[in-house]
Amino acid sequence: MSFKSTLRAATALSLITASSAFADGHSATITIATVNNGDMIRMQGYTDQFTAESGIAVEWVTLEENVLRQRVTTDITTNGGQFDIMTIGMYETPIWGANEWLVPLDDLSAEYDAGDILPAMAGGLSHEGTLFAAPFYGESSMIMYRTDLMEAAGLEMPTAPSWAFIANAAREMTDRDADINGICLRGKAGWGEGGAFITAMSNSFGARWFDEEWNAQFDTREWSDTLNFFKNMMDDSGPAGYATNGFNENLSLFNQGKCGMWIDATVAASFVTGDDSTVADSVGFALAPDNGMGKRSNWLWAWALAIPAGTQQVDEAKTFIEWATGKGYIDLVAANEGWANVPPGARTSLYENPNYQAVPFAQMTLDSILSADPTDSTVDPSPYVGIQFAAIPEFAGIASEVSQEFSAAYAGQQTIDEALAKAQAITNEAMEAAGYR
Amino acid sequence: MARAVTTQRKAINTTFAWIIGLLIFFPILWTILTSFKTEAQAISDPPIFLFFDWTTENYSTVMERSNYGRFLWNSIIIAGGSTILGIMIAIPAAWSMAFVPSRRTKDILLWMLSTKMLPAVGVLYPIYLLFIQLGLLDNVYGLTFILMLINLPIIVWMLYTYFREIPAEILEAARMDGAGLKSEILYVLTPMAIPGIASTLLLNFILAWNEAFWTLNLTAAQAAPLTAFIASYSSPEGLFYAKLSAASTMAIAPILIMGWFSQKQLVRGLTFGAVK
Repeated sequence: MSFKSTLRAATALSLITASSAFADGHSATITIATVNNGDMIRMQGYTDQFTAESGIAVEWVTLEENVLRQRVTTDITTNGGQFDIMTIGMYETPIWGANEWLVPLDDLSAEYDAGDILPAMAGGLSHEGTLFAAPFYGESSMIMYRTDLMEAAGLEMPTAPSWAFIANAAREMTDRDADINGICLRGKAGWGEGGAFITAMSNSFGARWFDEEWNAQFDTREWSDTLNFFKNMMDDSGPAGYATNGFNENLSLFNQGKCGMWIDATVAASFVTGDDSTVADSVGFALAPDNGMGKRSNWLWAWALAIPAGTQQVDEAKTFIEWATGKGYIDLVAANEGWANVPPGARTSLYENPNYQAVPFAQMTLDSILSADPTDSTVDPSPYVGIQFAAIPEFAGIASEVSQEFSAAYAGQQTIDEALAKAQAITNEAMEAAGYR
Repeated sequence: MARAVTTQRKAINTTFAWIIGLLIFFPILWTILTSFKTEAQAISDPPIFLFFDWTTENYSTVMERSNYGRFLWNSIIIAGGSTILGIMIAIPAAWSMAFVPSRRTKDILLWMLSTKMLPAVGVLYPIYLLFIQLGLLDNVYGLTFILMLINLPIIVWMLYTYFREIPAEILEAARMDGAGLKSEILYVLTPMAIPGIASTLLLNFILAWNEAFWTLNLTAAQAAPLTAFIASYSSPEGLFYAKLSAASTMAIAPILIMGWFSQKQLVRGLTFGAVK
């Protein structure tokens, strides 16, 4: 084939592609950006049903959580208009709502019953009382533990244990010869990984990120106590290399019977009791630990659907949000896949349903969610909203750096005092540059 | 005089080369093997190498969930288009630098290469805003153009290196025979540099195929290529390694097959002019 012929063929091919893309772009279609997790993938499976009911076609853009966050942030800050619905969390929603980047969800239909959304979720997804994102599912964190190992250790898990009990139980349950670690926790760098865990844990030790003047607080005894307690317990009873373990690594260890206890997201309950778990029949649940200071170490999070202000299809987007986060969708999933598989943690009515109350982890999930208050998460007063994060735009960047320092300390690359000193300097410098101090 | 190589030496060299080759290939092999495991087998510790219940369920799930054909087609258009466009621009550019250099040619070459040193995210916002203005977001043409620009310095550098190996006297002879600029480049220079052009083409096709920053940030539903397809199976909250491996295998299979069949050409082009 000659060069000219090749060029002609390539041009023709491109024109065909372009015309088909043009045609697709002009049908009644909404584009939704979402994360790749079980509940979201399940929702995608019911898209045809939504389209049949509403006449609105749906295009899904599914991305890994960090990629999604970068992608939707770029789009919304530039008013790119690539998405009609974005899946965002409790961190982004109040900030974006305050910047008027999201369409308020204050006119949803009476049938939708917005008052049924769990107050903790509605509060975390609102700005000045206006809901800006509808929760698809919500989560807190709790203890998942092996009932058989706990019994063998001669201990009984209280419903609301203390950190002292957990450290002791972890030591008792550890059996290095049998490859059983008493406790598995997140140590991986990243504000949404180990950073989220240690921040939530620090609340129960009386620590906070900032005082009321936005000064970093890593030079306090409370932070030192938190990190020393965590590191000592994990060195004693945690898995090797815990400094690089996140949610998935711990889930894998727990499902293979290599963890006595795991404190993590409540949504993991359905995984550790599911088909892929080798210990599904011997899992118990308890509230995340406290330290006798009035705050527990559980967090609060929701994956929610929001409409960016740049979309041209607000009505279609609202129709989808009402369908996906409404009571009807829960019934749809329950009828097809059982009550254990419905999206949890979003609606009060779900926890009043006797069918759902029979699910082993339902009550503990609800109790965990209800015990988390993003507006009052610290022992001493703090100027920010959020439990495992501070809902300010600068937090993600700062916390990513700080968690790297903490992970380096867990791995023995530096001392805890050195990590805390660096965290203090990083945070104060960033807050000063951002004009908070 | 050629140095004598003993049989023992040959055997050692061959074994060493195989070990290195297998080490490099092992991650790909592991990905392919994992794609045939269940999710539970994929995370088992100690890892299972070969003796597991082979299943194609992950491939069925991926095919059911994603429009693989559209991702593949977009990858072909974007990688192919950007490479061809880049070659069309780079051949005359490299010709001028190789055969009619100016005092600033070396500086221009270095400046072109220096654009590769800037992290891509540094220009994300300006390019994103430009794309919004031009209506090029989630558009295969926009992405083709961007990837062409990104790879252009490499293409020009590679072609410049190959062209420098061609004696300028041959081109002069063609000019004396009445060949114009177009004929000189198309009918004299290009045929002589075919191995170099082919390897440049292949290498840049592979680079464009694997590009995962712009292809993720400038696309949504319509123009997303296979890099976005893989990204849709990665999750920090859920064990989907077997499905991710199946998606990865499907994404790399076309380029792996293409590389396998064209390896002779690729090696010939990459070593073109290396030994005088």
